[in-house]
Amino acid sequence: MASIWEYANPVKFIRTTDRVLPWVAWLAGACLVVGLIWGFFFTPDDFRQGSTVKIIYLHVPAALMAINAWLMMLVASLIWLVRRHHVSALAARAAAPVGAVMTVIALVTGAIWGQPMWGTWWAWDPRLTSFLILFLFYLGYIALWEAIETPDTAADLTSVLCLVGSVFALLSRYAVNFWNQGLHQGASLSLDKEKNVADVFYLPLLVCIAGFVLLFIALVFLRTQTEIRARRARALLARERMG
Amino acid sequence: MIPDLGKYAAEVLSAYGASLVILAVLIGLSVRRARKVRRELEQLEGRRHETD
Repeated sequence: MASIWEYANPVKFIRTTDRVLPWVAWLAGACLVVGLIWGFFFTPDDFRQGSTVKIIYLHVPAALMAINAWLMMLVASLIWLVRRHHVSALAARAAAPVGAVMTVIALVTGAIWGQPMWGTWWAWDPRLTSFLILFLFYLGYIALWEAIETPDTAADLTSVLCLVGSVFALLSRYAVNFWNQGLHQGASLSLDKEKNVADVFYLPLLVCIAGFVLLFIALVFLRTQTEIRARRARALLARERMG
Repeated sequence: MIPDLGKYAAEVLSAYGASLVILAVLIGLSVRRARKVRRELEQLEGRRHETD
């Protein structure tokens, strides 16, 4: 069986992801279309939340991906720091804008839902605040990559930033459990059936989550390929200039 | 066609609209940059083969 480290080879990574990417992208599109249409058109209103419950199909998957994108970046950053594989550093870089967008969607849909349900767009609640800080970490991470010209130094420093930001990624997930205060309710998905979202909303939500996960994977594959090609192009340009 | 969203129609529709636009922009920018970088690399590789 092939070792996972073979994919640290940029050529092997591009060749493999080129084959897989169209399937992942189509599957992501199919899950998103089916999940969102199912949730929007064919699920009832909630007895307390009314039709705003339909926002769950965007808010929960986006929030989940916002946290997990950072955790994926953490794993890739650790691989870079320990094994110095360029593909892992570039994969972390590629994932950051996708994670940032997921965080924005979670914050925006949360605010839109919060206004009629909580009577406010925003509250300095532990989960909301840690999510906002996570978003700022995403911006800082992206800016740091852009600000440093030497790629290996940029990868080192952004990896360290990623380690620090992981505290807020985990806080965003567990803030409700750590501080039993604030407006935000507990997790919508739980192994405890009583805490879990009602069955009628559960299946379309799972399909939407699958769609968001697959979309994230497809975008990270595509953007990592781009980063690898951009790195190769920079190396060729430098060689040309040296004559 | 659109289900009756009651008094929260504006909130639900704006949440869907904003999210789908943001996702479309992310996908569009990612695909556009991927094509641009791929084209640039092909040109550079072509020039390199000519000079070798």
